[in-house]
Amino acid sequence: MPTTLTVNGTRATVDLPDDTPLLWALRDGLNLTGTKYGCGVAACGACTVLVDGVAQRSCQTALADVAGATVTTIEGLGTPAALHAVQAAWIDHQVAQCGYCQSGQIMQAASLLAENPNPSAQEIDDAMDGNLCRCGTYPRIRAAVQDAASRLKEV
Amino acid sequence: MGRLRTIARRTFLIGSAAIVGGVAFGTYAYRKPHANPIAGAGIGAITPYVLIDPEGVTIITPRAEMGQGIHSTLAALVAEELDLPWDQVRVMHGPPAAAYYNAAMLEEGVPFAPTDESWLAETARGAMAIPAKFLALQITGGSTSTPDAYEKMRAAGAVARAALVQAAARRLGVGADTLTTQDGAVIAADGTRIPYTDLAVEAAASDLPAVPPLKPRENWRLLGTSLPRIDMVEKSTGTAQFAGDIRLPGMRFATVRMNPAIGAAMNGFDATAALALPGVEQVIDLGRGVAVVANTTWAAMQGANAITFDWAAASYPATSEDMRAQIAAAFAAETVDATPRNDGDVTQAKGQTLQAEYHVPPLAHATMEPQQATAHLQDGRLELWVGTQAPGFARKAAAKAAGLAEENVTLHTTLMGGGFGRRSELDASVYAAQVAAAMPGTPVLVTWSREEDMAQGPFRPMASARFAGSVADGRIETFDLAIAAPSIMETFGERFGVPMAGPDSTLSQGAWEQPYTFPNYRVTAHRAPRTVPLGFWRSVGASHNGFFHEGAVDELAHLAGVDPLEFRLQHITHAPSRRVLEAVADMSGWGAPRPNRALGVAFVLSFGVPTAEVIEVEDTPQGIRLTGAWAAVDVGTALDPRNIESQVSGAMVFGLSAAINGQITFAGGHVEQQNYWDYEPLRLHQCPEIGVRILETGSKIRGIGEPGTPPAAPALANALFALTGTRARELPLSKTFSFA
Repeated sequence: MPTTLTVNGTRATVDLPDDTPLLWALRDGLNLTGTKYGCGVAACGACTVLVDGVAQRSCQTALADVAGATVTTIEGLGTPAALHAVQAAWIDHQVAQCGYCQSGQIMQAASLLAENPNPSAQEIDDAMDGNLCRCGTYPRIRAAVQDAASRLKEV
Repeated sequence: MGRLRTIARRTFLIGSAAIVGGVAFGTYAYRKPHANPIAGAGIGAITPYVLIDPEGVTIITPRAEMGQGIHSTLAALVAEELDLPWDQVRVMHGPPAAAYYNAAMLEEGVPFAPTDESWLAETARGAMAIPAKFLALQITGGSTSTPDAYEKMRAAGAVARAALVQAAARRLGVGADTLTTQDGAVIAADGTRIPYTDLAVEAAASDLPAVPPLKPRENWRLLGTSLPRIDMVEKSTGTAQFAGDIRLPGMRFATVRMNPAIGAAMNGFDATAALALPGVEQVIDLGRGVAVVANTTWAAMQGANAITFDWAAASYPATSEDMRAQIAAAFAAETVDATPRNDGDVTQAKGQTLQAEYHVPPLAHATMEPQQATAHLQDGRLELWVGTQAPGFARKAAAKAAGLAEENVTLHTTLMGGGFGRRSELDASVYAAQVAAAMPGTPVLVTWSREEDMAQGPFRPMASARFAGSVADGRIETFDLAIAAPSIMETFGERFGVPMAGPDSTLSQGAWEQPYTFPNYRVTAHRAPRTVPLGFWRSVGASHNGFFHEGAVDELAHLAGVDPLEFRLQHITHAPSRRVLEAVADMSGWGAPRPNRALGVAFVLSFGVPTAEVIEVEDTPQGIRLTGAWAAVDVGTALDPRNIESQVSGAMVFGLSAAINGQITFAGGHVEQQNYWDYEPLRLHQCPEIGVRILETGSKIRGIGEPGTPPAAPALANALFALTGTRARELPLSKTFSFA
């Protein structure tokens, strides 16, 4: 039975089995390829999206469980012409190397800052710990999250 | 070096320009330029590197962008000479083409240490450009992209600029010497401004001028500064396109499942249950495994899990213990592959002696993006989108797999979600081509599961070392390091159809060429029997030899009772190498007391870059924590300091991931690790802040993608010894220590 949900502000209907992970409904069903497959077992965070504003691993989120929910992917967070504060901080700090994990990193950071506008260094480490990066961009991720927190406070 | 520069410039950079005399050696065929692969691709393909159309200037950056920022650095070389503003620069990988061969790739394969700049060593390096050109070796690896491009891409920009100025001079009827260039336009004395885009047709139509003198460094606007990376906005907004992000009408999604006994046959399979699953459309026999095609990648992966396979057994030893035993047996006179260093007489031990054995496991690359490629076969032509470090080889292999002539295959190199050597392999291209050939007319994306990517290799080899050394009066008397491992080049040569005769220099890479001045100094490489497919893993042989060599140096320092950093300086005269050690001493506050914490140092010269690293560790109730890290490198000339800093710190994290947790083990002929939960890279909370200092005192420009990796493991192991008194001679270190 088709599932209807709101993705990046638009109502979308996906005709895939209920147990299809949200990740693949987004990528292969809706052609939203900014969300990445890294591990399929919620061990790397590359597939992180916001479900009703909270970071979720979309590879472990069944499509049926997000029926009626509001999903935000990296494409819906901001665009090159209208960047989200986290994306702007990421660009200023030149965080990305290969970039494959960064959609998930950015969504995780956006979720953290939505929930906790003033995270401590320890809280940043804790929140970002589930997102792997093989290029080793961690020090710049830390700096960019802190910077994004300041930017969001100024808005 | 002068000779090589002359040849490279005259034969390669200029594209279609006539050859001016003065080539000192080589043959006519060598001097003849490769065809310009983008001639006809647009109206203004001025050199193989510069394409101008009405929308702007595109710089062809024909090296794999896998995270190292190479597209930005290569583009800056051209844009500098072309007087193109940075915000107007666009880049593309370009096609596989002979013109984009990598001359530097083979240069450091000569049997001379990178610190040897004698006439003989330089001549040998220069001569390597000839086979590199004949092989049209368009490969990204070996930290060679920057040194290879440094002259020729600046020259390409300078030639393109001169051609544009000439075209403007003809149009305006003025002398070229009255014209200047600025911000992507030619400016006349009277202020007339003609954008490059208006001049491209005329510039490309006439013969190219000779290469004008390049800008002196003091006139650089872009080079030497930290530029915003060209790919940064797209990588921060989810719009960067990897091979798996191609979407075409009617597209299908597939995955592969190969025999977990790597390379062994598939006796049979039963796909009945798989084909009954929703979304699964077909199962294609690939010989040593299958591809499952479905309406989503997930359905394809579910399908692959539902197939019952009858796999043939592995042809290599079934367990890690058996593989280690083969390596142990290879420490014999008859298995000596090479003795690249043999100074003095290592049998003349004096004073206190040490004997030790070191071991490292095989490693997977575990790029964040698993192997994937998109392919579409239609009307006898194959189109392939793949992230590859070797596009020429990949196109050839894909053509063969699809049963097509090479000219009927178009390969698009996409961005890569990490490479680290893994994307120099051809398997992703071959499988995608096979699947596309089985379903002509339908585009298909083939994505490997993480488990498949983890378990199929090719791997960094398992390796062991046996060391004997002695110290007297605080100095090393004898240093005798024997290394044994199966050969990467042996299995790589088979996969690429390139015979690899002679010794495998990767066996001793990172050990034999170290700039230490031990009076009696021997490095011997033993070739162990082949096991699983082996490949290039960031820093290759130096990834394990750095650990062996720097562990041994550290052990001798403690045996001699000398400070380990001071001990290294006492045995090194090579000035850039001394400077990087002095730099990390300064950065880390080496020597200052630090309660409950300790420092370790390591120095490795790899890919021509002297690199010193210091790591600080702390004993905490939760386990050992890494609390600081510092690296100093000497790259000769630093083109983009912030990007170099990224590469050094990233390479260090890559090395630390492997040092702490990384191991691939075998049981029953199959890899035991499956995913990131049992092959776990360093996580953010484990990563210390990393300080990087970039020196520019070396005589040559060097690439920096790899040199940060080799010192990481020994620096950490040496710090752990300083903290705990326990000497770990085996990786991963989590076997010996508990980390927070």
